[in-house]
Amino acid sequence: MVSKGETVETNKKSETALVVLTLREVKEILNCEVLVGEAQLGMEIWGACAADLMSDVLAFSIPDSLLLTGLVNAQSVRTADVAEVKALVYIRGKKPDAGALQLAQEKGIPVLASNFTMYEACGRLYLRGLKSAATIVSKNE
Amino acid sequence: MNDDSLLDLEFEIIGGDFNQAGRVSTRLKSILKEVGFNPQVVRRVAISTYEAEMNVVMYARRGVLRFKASPQRISIVIEDEGQGIENIEMAMKEGYSTATDEMREMGFGAGMGLPNIKRNSDRFEITSEIGKGTRLKVTIIAGDGTRS
Ligand SMILES: Nc1ncnc2c1ncn2[C@@H]1O[C@H](COP(=O)(O)OP(=O)(O)OP(=O)(O)O)[C@@H](O)[C@H]1O
Ligand SMILES: [Mg+2]
Repeated sequence: MVSKGETVETNKKSETALVVLTLREVKEILNCEVLVGEAQLGMEIWGACAADLMSDVLAFSIPDSLLLTGLVNAQSVRTADVAEVKALVYIRGKKPDAGALQLAQEKGIPVLASNFTMYEACGRLYLRGLKSAATIVSKNE
Repeated sequence: MNDDSLLDLEFEIIGGDFNQAGRVSTRLKSILKEVGFNPQVVRRVAISTYEAEMNVVMYARRGVLRFKASPQRISIVIEDEGQGIENIEMAMKEGYSTATDEMREMGFGAGMGLPNIKRNSDRFEITSEIGKGTRLKVTIIAGDGTRS
C-alpha cells in the first residue's frame, strides 16, 4: 500500500516514467555488433523482453520493443515479426543462423549480437531505465 | 454466406514441417496489413494463428486454417488430423506442455500457446478427439480493434 511521503512519491514517478532508448544506445550499452540494419539504429525502443521460448515472447512482448534471446534459428525472427518486436539482440556471443539472418533482412528487422550473458544484458538495459515489456502490457490491460 | 464478407481464405498446414512453420500465419498477417485492418487486430490475429499453426506442425499430421473476415468480425478455424488432446483443461493451463526436447531447442514448449490464443481472442472454442484431431475456433471482433 502506498502511504504519503516524498520518497514514495519519487518512486511512484520513476515507476511510471517510460524511458525510450534508441537502438544506437542499446548497441552501445550492450557493446553490440550490428549484423542487420546498420541504417536503422535511430529507431526508438520502448521496452524489452528476454526469452528463449517463443510463446513467452508472444505473451510478454509489446510492439516496438526489443527482444533479447539465445535462440538463434529462423523461428526467433519469425516470432519477432509476429509479435512486432522492433529489433533483436542475440546474447552470449551467439550468432543467428543463415536462415534467421535472411529472414531478418527480408522483414527489415535489425539484428544485434552482444557478448554479455542474458542476465548482464538485461541488467544493463534495466539500469538505463528501459522497462520490461511485460509491465507495460499489464498496465494496458 | 455473408454479403459484407471481406476475405475468405484457406491455407493448408503440414505437420512436422519445421522449415515451413509459421509461413501461413505470416502470410495471413501481410494480407491483413494490406487490406488495412487495425494494427492491434492484425497483431492479435497473427499471434493466435502463429500459435495454432505451430501446434499443428508439432502435434498433428496436417491441418487447415480457414479465415473469414467482415469489417466487424474475424473468424478463424484451425482443424487438424492428429493425435488430439487428452485433457483440454490441462492443455489450457499456462506452462503445461508435452513438447519434446527437440521442440524446446527450437524455441517451443513454454506451454503458453493455447493460453496466448485465448487471451488474444474475443471468443475461443476448442474441441478434440483422441487419435482423430483438434479443432480451434477463434473469433476476434475487428470493430475498433480493442478487446471488450
Ligand atoms: N493441435 C494439437 N494437437 C494435439 N495436441 C495439442 C495440439 N495443440 C496443443 N496440444 C497439446 O496441448 C499442450 C499445450 O499446448 P500449448 O500450445 O499451450 O503449449 P506448447 O505447444 O506445449 O508450448 P508453446 O505453445 O508455448 O510453444 C501441448 O503440449 C500438446 O500436448
Ligand atoms: Mg503451442
